Amino acid sequence: MATLTAPKIVSSRAEFADSHTLSRFLDTGGYVGLRKALTMFPEAVASEVDQASLLGRGGAGFPAGRKWSMLRKAPVSYLVVNGDESEPATFKDHFLVERDPHQLIEGVIIAAYALQVTTAYIFLRGEFALGLERVQQAVNDAYEHGALGRKIFGSDFSLDVIVHPGAGAYICGEETALIEALEGKRGFPRIKPPFFPAVTGLYGEPTVVNNVETMSNLPWIINNGGAAFAALGGGRSTGTRLFALAGRVNNPGVFEIEMVKNTFRDLIYDPALGGGVINDNKIKAIIPGGVSAPWFGPDMLDLPLGQDEVAEKGSMLGSGSIVVLDDATCVVRAAWRITKFFSRESCGQCTPCREGSGWIERAMYRIEHGGGRLEDIDLLLDLCDNIAPGLTWPPQQTTICVLGPSIPSSVHSAIQMFRDDFVAHVELGRCPHD
Amino acid sequence: MSHFRIDIRQRAEEVLALYPRPRSAMLPLLHLAQEQDGYISDAGIAEVAALTLTTPADVRGTALFYDMFHLEPVGKYVVGICTNIACLLAGGDELLEHAVTSLGCPVGATSNDGLFTLEETECLADCDFAPCVQVNHRYVRTTTPDAFDALVGQLRAGKLDHEVPNHGTLIRVRRTGGLHAPRAEVASERAAAREQREARAAETK
Ligand SMILES: Cc1cc2nc3c(=O)[nH]c(=O)nc-3n(C[C@H](O)[C@H](O)[C@H](O)COP(=O)(O)O)c2cc1C
Ligand code: SF4
Ligand code: FES
Repeated sequence: MATLTAPKIVSSRAEFADSHTLSRFLDTGGYVGLRKALTMFPEAVASEVDQASLLGRGGAGFPAGRKWSMLRKAPVSYLVVNGDESEPATFKDHFLVERDPHQLIEGVIIAAYALQVTTAYIFLRGEFALGLERVQQAVNDAYEHGALGRKIFGSDFSLDVIVHPGAGAYICGEETALIEALEGKRGFPRIKPPFFPAVTGLYGEPTVVNNVETMSNLPWIINNGGAAFAALGGGRSTGTRLFALAGRVNNPGVFEIEMVKNTFRDLIYDPALGGGVINDNKIKAIIPGGVSAPWFGPDMLDLPLGQDEVAEKGSMLGSGSIVVLDDATCVVRAAWRITKFFSRESCGQCTPCREGSGWIERAMYRIEHGGGRLEDIDLLLDLCDNIAPGLTWPPQQTTICVLGPSIPSSVHSAIQMFRDDFVAHVELGRCPHD
Repeated sequence: MSHFRIDIRQRAEEVLALYPRPRSAMLPLLHLAQEQDGYISDAGIAEVAALTLTTPADVRGTALFYDMFHLEPVGKYVVGICTNIACLLAGGDELLEHAVTSLGCPVGATSNDGLFTLEETECLADCDFAPCVQVNHRYVRTTTPDAFDALVGQLRAGKLDHEVPNHGTLIRVRRTGGLHAPRAEVASERAAAREQREARAAETK
């Protein structure tokens, strides 16, 4: 059974139909954390977040406190919030921006105060039409309420927040591509080093980029203290996390549960959470952290949902999305579709990513649609190896950003785990599931 | 003469005022151009170039990178159906095929009456309602073929025009907040904050 005793840190308001309005927000503890933060030194606010040991929720899991303090050398100019959320099967930020935009904004103001920046951008993918409206409305309300603009709540601190719509490009989730988009250009990731926008970011100035969920945790952390947050979860994975569960489960959705205290099995089978697999089918594989992550077999079901726990087994918790593939699923088709996604979304700057994704996609298409040859299977592995040499995880970096080396994950996993399925496609000359 | 209608022009100026550099307003301005014309027209491109102090070639090149911008005319309703992993597992491909028949246009094309453009999309971050459908980027949460046909009927009858407004984002909310203070004031505030912080840092040492 799942452990469901932890408080709801970011999803407490979701039960209300009007959870996105300022009046509901104020009735349920809104801006209490910000008012408290404004009575503290900015460094003290940052140190609470450091103590909470809040890991970034955007995918890489870098500690937010460390990201902020690393930059002390040069004062930060801008805070940028990453709400691009385009990793397939990830939909927790969608939930946060539509259901609790004020909480996000309160978190942004707290972070901006800790960093002493006076301008923050919230970048949301353009397809979040309703989310964009709600966040913009919440920003307007916050100005009216005195929570944004000059001299916030009578303090000496001032902040402007600008809501910036994306326009449909997965790669803009990569932080340097996002910055390019904010500068009004094509979303081409920037060449590293510098590795962090904290060194050179928006308009060439030091910039902190954090995910929507990372920001949404801050009001609770300031209200309850970093230590209370750190007391939840286990190991490096403190607090709770929003898991987006999708695929062949009875009750897909976004669930806030304590990290590490729960396993994949808890999340998928608990009646209060995923509610089990459709038709009681057997699980064939799980994709643990977005489609960039290597797959797990059912033998990993009892693995705790923690960043290091999942990393040790050769995959990643990434964006906190979990997709369940059951025995009615064609894994070849699933891996093909994921490669098609990467091939469509590659920005095209690097040869291994641009060409490799297309090659793999075409070979996978052939196999899935009955035109495959047995040699294609090893050809695929060779192609994968060319993009991410050695096929290790985390992958070797051969390209400007990590989209490239993430391409092989699904195809490599599928061949390793289900080679027979590939052979069956080739021998039958069609997909056995058709 | 401005290509933008007076109300769009006004909103364009609001948007420009939000950013320290005009080029940063590129994507929001392109959204506005698309809202007015239904797609990114040559005149819209010229207007955005003038407002962002760039060239039409620059604007076109940027717009082409982004899937949401259509450089050719599209239908009144752009229907997007996701076939990515979660939607694939829930029958996204079948729904897309069904949509081809019920809308009367192939994927990527516009129906003869100019009402619908059908697109196969990547994940729309609504995977718990798979297969996910958006009309003009509004989630409609219609997942079965029958419900899809009912939706199409309502759209044809013009019954959903409030829930499904025209193309573009941030249509129903004005961007009123932002950069109220003169830039010099912001700069001096920032310098003061920096000084205070350095003083505190010196103290703690
Ligand atoms: C291809 C690619 C796509 C990404 N997409 C997102 C995204 O949609 N949202 C996000 O928050 N981070 C995304 N990231 C990670 C960001 O680059 C960055 O690490 C993150 O926003 C930092 O926020 P955090 O420290 O709060 O997690 C992506 C990275 C890559 C390489
Ligand atoms: S790895 Fe792919 S997406 Fe990333 S910069 Fe290179 S080509 Fe673009
Ligand atoms: S996979 Fe279709 S909406 Fe996410």
